Amino acid sequence: MDLENQGTIKQLVDEHGAADLVVVLGAGELEAIKIAAETVTSGDPAYAGPLAGVSLGLPVFHILEAALKDEVPSALYEEKLGMYAMLYDSAELSTTLGGFRGGAG
Amino acid sequence: MLKGKKVIAIGERDGVPGPVIAELAAAAGAEVVYQTTECFV
Amino acid sequence: MRTFPVIREAALVLAHMPNLVRYGSKPFREVQQSNGELLARLRPRLRDYAAALAYLPNQVFLGNAAPEALKEADRPWYAKPVPEARRFGAFGEIMPEEEFYCLLRRADQFDLLWLREEFLRQAEPQLREHPLLAAAGAGEGAGGTKPKGRDLAAILAQIERGAAMPLEHGGEVVGCIRRAHEIDPSLWCEVLLENLATKASGALALRHLLQRLEVEPGAVSYLLSCSEEAVGDRYNRGGGNLAKAIAEEVGCVNASGSDVKAFCAGPVYALVHAAALVQAGVFENVVVVGGGSLAKLGMKCMGHLEKEMPILEDCLAAMAFWVGPDDGRSPRLRLDAVGKHNVSYGASPQGMLEALVVEPLRRHGLGLCDVDRYAVELHNPEITEPAGSGNVPRANYRMLAAIAAMRGEIERGDIDAFVARRGMVGFAPTQGHVPAAVPYVAHALPALREGRLRRAMFIAKGSLFLGRMTQLADGMSFILEAREEVA
Repeated sequence: MDLENQGTIKQLVDEHGAADLVVVLGAGELEAIKIAAETVTSGDPAYAGPLAGVSLGLPVFHILEAALKDEVPSALYEEKLGMYAMLYDSAELSTTLGGFRGGAG
Repeated sequence: MLKGKKVIAIGERDGVPGPVIAELAAAAGAEVVYQTTECFV
Repeated sequence: MRTFPVIREAALVLAHMPNLVRYGSKPFREVQQSNGELLARLRPRLRDYAAALAYLPNQVFLGNAAPEALKEADRPWYAKPVPEARRFGAFGEIMPEEEFYCLLRRADQFDLLWLREEFLRQAEPQLREHPLLAAAGAGEGAGGTKPKGRDLAAILAQIERGAAMPLEHGGEVVGCIRRAHEIDPSLWCEVLLENLATKASGALALRHLLQRLEVEPGAVSYLLSCSEEAVGDRYNRGGGNLAKAIAEEVGCVNASGSDVKAFCAGPVYALVHAAALVQAGVFENVVVVGGGSLAKLGMKCMGHLEKEMPILEDCLAAMAFWVGPDDGRSPRLRLDAVGKHNVSYGASPQGMLEALVVEPLRRHGLGLCDVDRYAVELHNPEITEPAGSGNVPRANYRMLAAIAAMRGEIERGDIDAFVARRGMVGFAPTQGHVPAAVPYVAHALPALREGRLRRAMFIAKGSLFLGRMTQLADGMSFILEAREEVA
């Protein structure tokens, strides 16, 4: 993940506390999704940015997971993300990110 | 998952961009505290 | 029948610059942060010229192989050198480092780039054998007499006092790039090297273009540079007009020029602007030129190091296109089918594709399957995937296919078939604006002329948000069409 973004996320945790924060990802490829998820849970896997060795343990989701879809007004969801529904396997995303959320997902 | 939460939206240009995530999260009742879009190329 | 401007010819070139990888934006910062440790890790993973030459995506870029060749070739491509790889290709060439250093020096009018006397004695004669650069005084521009080569002690003294950065080749310091100002960051050596690299590589592409067309430099009326570099000083950061510097460098004495900038979408904008200038009769012809991007060298090097791969982002890439009035034979750029991304579309990719693809086709009663081939962001996936950045062209093609499926133009189950048939594997180096659809113009021109393609669409996206002035996405598209009236 971009180093500036790592720094910003760290600041946001300091400012708001981790309790109410949720990270929502939009990356297109599974590999990129995993890297981002790892960065905001157990730390930057590349050991390059401000989150290297920092375990924030933030709950992390992908915007195309079914659990999130149910919370968004369906017309808006269809307008913005209808195209993606054909391209992504929502269940696969949930399984992948569930692994980073531990029991919380 | 989103309602009442503070959301950090990390989008991607060739996936779902940050502003789109932010709009949907806000519509779901979250407060978006940060949104950004990564461009890998 | 309405006439449209045509793209008569395209040229694509590479300059293999392994020793400049360290000055790419990513490695430059990482090397500083690691106190040089990264440089020691990078060096053994840099490719030699033979390896870069025989790298299949580079041969595709130069036109010695079709993009389809990548579909059939097993990965990793870097481990399977092309047996009869050629330096000079159908569209241009891949220039070795020592020659390009000399070209950088020729492009320098301000004594910024010093090369050692011994190095020049060895490398300059090579350049004089070059079919396009042999002519006496080629590239000497208006810079006046060039100082001779420098001695190593003088070069090292510049580097020692922080006024210059070393240029290496074959394991030794062969020169340096000097800053032009002590306190103006716009004129520091790293920025000037970026700008010179763009100028010199863009000029090389333009020379190849003119050779392919068999026209003299004096025949060019106007140049548009779509290069991304910010040429200027602190009062005019990004002030620009690299176009004019490139025109001068190549001897286009009857041309003027200016720059078109729109992040990676710049080249598509520039081609549309060029066509419009020709169509309006403002200029007889317009050349669009895009120089290479030093900042992008080694951008994914951390991923390549981690996967114990060669550093694949070791080439500057540049391109040039000739846009002229209808000549009765070249593919036409349909100015009545340009796709633009309005402000109201915001950042939604769905809206972007509606605007850039669906809408211009609909204007002519066409659907997505009426385009034989789409060119999108053509980044080589072997470069991006090891860094966790995915396969950028595939992601874009799949979105395009999903739009076709949503509109009922294809079956949902045919998304992969649509991508396979109307897309292609990315073959361009990750040089920012260069991979943005337009390298395929060089492949499409003969295919459209020979009737192998009827219609090709070029779609480029620009990440405006990176500059922090707007959250908007951006993009533009155009259609190149074979001669027979289709729409």
